[in-house]
Amino acid sequence: MALHRRNGTPFGKGNHDLRQNGSVAYTNGHHKSNGTVLTDETAHPKASKVGKKDFSESFEEVELLTALVTYMSYIILALVGYCRDILMRLGIDKDKAAQESPKLKAFTPLYQDFDSFFTRHMYRKVRDNWNVPIAGLPGAESDLLERYSDDNFWSFKLTGTTRKVINIGSYNYLGFAENHGPRSDAVVASTQYYGNGVCSSRQELGTLALTVELEKLVAEFLGQEDAITFGMGFATNSLNIPSIMGRGCLIVSDRLNHASLVLGVRLSGATVKVFEHNNMESLEKLLKMAIAEGQPRTHRPWKKILIIVEGIYSMEGSIVKLPEVIAIKKKYKCYLYLDEAHSIGALGPTGRGVVEYFGLDYRDVDVMMGTFTKSFGGSGGYIAGSKELVDYIRVNSHSATYASSTSAPVVEQVLSTLKTIMGRDGTTVGQDRVEALKRNTQYFRRRLREMGFVVYGNDDSPVVPVLMYLPAKMTCFARECRKRGLAVVIVGFPATPIIEGRARICLSAAHTRQMLDEALKIMDEVGEELGVKYSRHPLPPLTDKSKME
Amino acid sequence: MADAIMKFGVEPWNFAELVEAFKQAPLYHLAFEVILVVFIIRLIFSKSYSIESTVKLTEAEREQLVQEWEPEPLVPPVDPNHPALHYKVITKQGNNKLVVDGKEGINVGTFNFLGMLGRKETEDAAIQTMRKYGVGTCGPRGFFGTMDVHLNFEEKMAKHMGVEEAILYSYGFSTIASAIPAYAKKGDLVFCDEGVSFAIQMGLLASRSKLKFFKHNNMADLERLLQEQAVEDKKNPKKAKVMRKFIVVEGLYVNHGTIVDVEKLIELKYKYKVRVFMDESMSFFVLGKTGRGVTEHAGVDITDIDLISVSMEAALGTMGGFCLGTRYVVDHQRLSGLGYCFSASLPPMLASAASMAVDITQKETDIFQKLRSNNEFIHVQLSGLPGYRLDGDPISPIKHLRLEETSGDWQKDQAFLEKIVVRALDEGVVLTVARYLEEEEAFLPPPSIRIAVNVTLTEDQLTKITSVIRILAAAVLREKSEGE
Ligand SMILES: Cc1ncc(COP(=O)(O)O)c(C=O)c1O
Repeated sequence: MALHRRNGTPFGKGNHDLRQNGSVAYTNGHHKSNGTVLTDETAHPKASKVGKKDFSESFEEVELLTALVTYMSYIILALVGYCRDILMRLGIDKDKAAQESPKLKAFTPLYQDFDSFFTRHMYRKVRDNWNVPIAGLPGAESDLLERYSDDNFWSFKLTGTTRKVINIGSYNYLGFAENHGPRSDAVVASTQYYGNGVCSSRQELGTLALTVELEKLVAEFLGQEDAITFGMGFATNSLNIPSIMGRGCLIVSDRLNHASLVLGVRLSGATVKVFEHNNMESLEKLLKMAIAEGQPRTHRPWKKILIIVEGIYSMEGSIVKLPEVIAIKKKYKCYLYLDEAHSIGALGPTGRGVVEYFGLDYRDVDVMMGTFTKSFGGSGGYIAGSKELVDYIRVNSHSATYASSTSAPVVEQVLSTLKTIMGRDGTTVGQDRVEALKRNTQYFRRRLREMGFVVYGNDDSPVVPVLMYLPAKMTCFARECRKRGLAVVIVGFPATPIIEGRARICLSAAHTRQMLDEALKIMDEVGEELGVKYSRHPLPPLTDKSKME
Repeated sequence: MADAIMKFGVEPWNFAELVEAFKQAPLYHLAFEVILVVFIIRLIFSKSYSIESTVKLTEAEREQLVQEWEPEPLVPPVDPNHPALHYKVITKQGNNKLVVDGKEGINVGTFNFLGMLGRKETEDAAIQTMRKYGVGTCGPRGFFGTMDVHLNFEEKMAKHMGVEEAILYSYGFSTIASAIPAYAKKGDLVFCDEGVSFAIQMGLLASRSKLKFFKHNNMADLERLLQEQAVEDKKNPKKAKVMRKFIVVEGLYVNHGTIVDVEKLIELKYKYKVRVFMDESMSFFVLGKTGRGVTEHAGVDITDIDLISVSMEAALGTMGGFCLGTRYVVDHQRLSGLGYCFSASLPPMLASAASMAVDITQKETDIFQKLRSNNEFIHVQLSGLPGYRLDGDPISPIKHLRLEETSGDWQKDQAFLEKIVVRALDEGVVLTVARYLEEEEAFLPPPSIRIAVNVTLTEDQLTKITSVIRILAAAVLREKSEGE
C-alpha cells in the first residue's frame, strides 16, 4: 500500500501487473484458474434455469423484529421533526435552512412542504455521509477532505486537511481512474491536439475523428454492427428511448430500473408496465396479459414491445437473468434494451458484460446501452446494435441532434481504456484487471458473509449491498468506517424500500489484497460494535487450502 | 315517493305507515320505482359482465393472441441519404479554424464565441487537473463524486455572478432539462416562449405541467396569457393558491438569435406573481459589458430572475452546465435534479478549463466589446441579401440566414441552404445548417444557416466570410431560378 501512497495512484506509472502489486489470486475451487466461467450446459445437466451452474443470488429476508424497529425509528424521526416544526413556528427552535426571498412571499411556495420537511429533519441530520468531497483520484485509495459543521449540519466548512482512506465507494471497477501512465498520457496528447470541448452537436460539426474511432471499437467489442456514443450516460437513456418508442408502444420495465431509464420511458409517451425485480414469472405473466389485451381502451394490438433491464442493478447487486429474459423476449416477439452501466467491463471473462458472462449471443440483445463513467474512468454513454438501429438513432436521437458531443480528452480516456481491455495496447493489463476484479469480488463477498453480514446480490457482482436496516445504524456505520479509514456509500429511504437501508460497496481491480483485508477488518469491528451482523445463516469460513492459490 | 317523504317529514319511521303510503301512491309512481330498481340491478350486473368478458380469456385464447401478434420492426428504415449518416468528420479544431472532411476553413459554425476552445491556457489548466484527479469521477456527487474542483467552481461562479449559489451538471442539455422538472410538477402552469430550445421543451415535457405558449419574444402576448390566467384564478382561488406558475425563456434564443426583453419580464413577474426561469446558454459570456449575460446587458438585477441555467458547451468551450440562483432555489436541485443526483459528476478537468476561461475574460476585459463589434460587422454585411433574410439581433453572435420566401417544403429549403454550406467549405469557410428533429419540435423554426461569430476572427477573415456567403448565396439562388 505504501508503494501507492506516494503518487496517489494504485497503478503508478506504466503497466503494473496486478499480481505483482500484492493482490493474491483467489479461487473458490469452482472456476478454472484462468478465470473463464463454465457455461457449458451439457457438462452440467443440472444447470440452473438461467443456464449458469454457479449463478447464485441471495436476498436474505429481514427479521420481523428488525423490520418493526426500523419502522419505529422512522416514525420517531418524523414525530421529532413535527415537534421541532412546532417549536420553529413558535420561534423557540431556529430553522437555519435557506429561506425564500422576502420579495417572493406572495408567490406560491416553490416546493412542497414534505420535501422541505424531509430535508430539514431527516436528511439534514445525516447529511455528513453524502457529498463527502475528495481531493484527488476516485481510486482504490482516496483523500477525503475533512469537513466540520458548527450548526448541526445545516452547513459544512472544510478544515483544510485531508484523510487518506480506502475507497470502496466509487464505481472504479477496473481501476482505470488514473492520472499517470499510458492512458493518461494519451489524454494529455488529445487535449493538446483537439482542446477541451466541441461546441457543436453530432449532426452539425461535432463529430471528431477520435469519436468515430471509438464508435467502431465499441461496436467490435460488443459484437454489434455499429455503435454511437453520447456525452452523458444519463442522457443516453433519457434522450434515446423517446426516439425508439412512442404512442401505441409498450415498455416493460424492471421495478428497480435506474432513474434515467424511467425518465426516458416517461418522455417517450409509450405505455409502461412494471414487473417485479428480476422476476421472470412476473415478466412473462405481464407480457402474456398485455399482448392478449392490447392497448388500453382501444384494445388495438401494440405496435411493438420493448423490455428494459439492467446488467447489474446498482442498489441490489443482482445480475439480470439474461438467458431467461432472452427466451421470453423471443417467445413474445419483444425487443430487448439492456443497460450495462455497471456490468460493462465488470462482468464476463474478457469484460464484455453480462452477455459474455452467460455465454450468450450478442445479437440477441437489440439495444445494448452502457456508460463510460464506471469501468472506463471516463464519462458518457453508448448505444450499440444493428446497423438499422444505430442509423435510426443517428438520424432521430435528441442527443445527436441537439446536445453537444463528447470532448476529446474524455473520448481519449475511454478509447485508450477500451484498447487496454481488449489487449490492443500489447499488454495483458486489461485482462489482468478483469480477472483481478472477479477475484476481489468473490473474496470480499465471501468474507462478508462469513462474518455474518446480510449481503445482497449475486456472488459475481462487484456491487455489494450490505444490509443495515435501521437508519441510525446505517449512518453510524458510515461515520465509524470513515473515522477508521474506509470510505463507504450508504443508501436508505427513499432510494431503497423504507426498511432496507444499506451500505453499498463497489469493488475494484485496483484494490490489493491488503486493502481488502484492511477494509474487512474495519467493517468487522464496526459491524460488531453496531450489531449489524444480521445474517441467521452465515457461511462457514473457507479452509486455508481453498483460500490461497 | 316524493310525497311519501313529505308526508312523513321528520317524524320517526313507521313500517305500517310506510306500507300505507305505498298503497296510497299512484300506480304509475310505483311502476316507475320498480323500473328504476330493475334498471339499477341490470346496470350493476351488466357492468360486471362486461368486465368478465375482457378478463375471462381462456388460456388457449391468450396463447392464440400471443401467437398471432406481429410487432412492427424495432425502428423504421431511414433515408440512406440523410446527412446524419454522412456526418462531417472533424480532424482538427483551433480557436477559429476547423478541418472538416480534410478541408480547412474559418469556423463560423460552432458556438466557440470566445475562442476558448483551442486556447493553450484552458488546455493547460485541464491537463494540470487531470494529472491529479484523472478524467472521470466514477460516481455521482453524492457518492464520492464531489471533488474540491467542483466545489470551488460552484463557489467561483456564484461569486462571479453575484448570486448565492451555483450547481454544476455534467451535460449542458441535461442542466435545464433537469432543473425545470425539479420545481414544475403536474398541476403547475408554465408560460413558455414558442422559440425555446429543445432542451427546454424536454424539461417541460418531463415536468408534466400545463403549458401555455406565447408568441416568440412577444411580451404583449405573454401579458395577454397572464391576464387570462388571472381571471381564471379569480374564479378558482383555491386552485390558484397551490398552483405554481413559471415563465420559461431564453436570454438569447439559439434558434432565432433574438434577445429577451428582460426588463418587461421582471415587471410581469411581480405583477402576476410568476417565477422566471431563464436559459442563458447562448448569452452567458457573450452579452453585457463583462459578459455576465442578459441581466447585465439590460442593467437589471440578476437576483430578480429566479433561476438561470447556463451550458458550458458554448462560450466556455468545454462540457457541462450550471444553474444560478438563491440558495433556497438552487439547493433544492441537489436532491431533486435528476441529472444531478443520478449521473456521474463532471470530469474535474473540464471544470478547470471553464474556470480558466472565466479568469481569461477577467484579464482581457475588452473581449466582449470585440465580440460585439464582430457580431455587428457580420450583421451589417449579411443583411439585405436579395432573396434572404437575416434573423437575429445585430449584437447577437448567432444569426440565422433564412430564405425570404419558403417553397413550402421544409426539407427542400433545408437542402437548398445546405448547398451553400457545402460550397463554402470548398472556399474555406465552415458553416452549418441548424439541425432539428422536424417531427419533435413544438414549433419548428424555418430552415437556416446558423452563423456563430467568434471573437478571434480578424478583419480579413470577417471580410472573407461575408463575401463568400454573399457570393454563394446569390449564385445558388440564381442557379435555382435558372433551373426552374
Ligand atoms: C443503470 C444506469 N444507467 C445509467 C446511469 C447514468 O450514467 P452516467 O453516470 O454516465 O450519467 C447510471 C449511473 O448511475 C446507471 O446506474
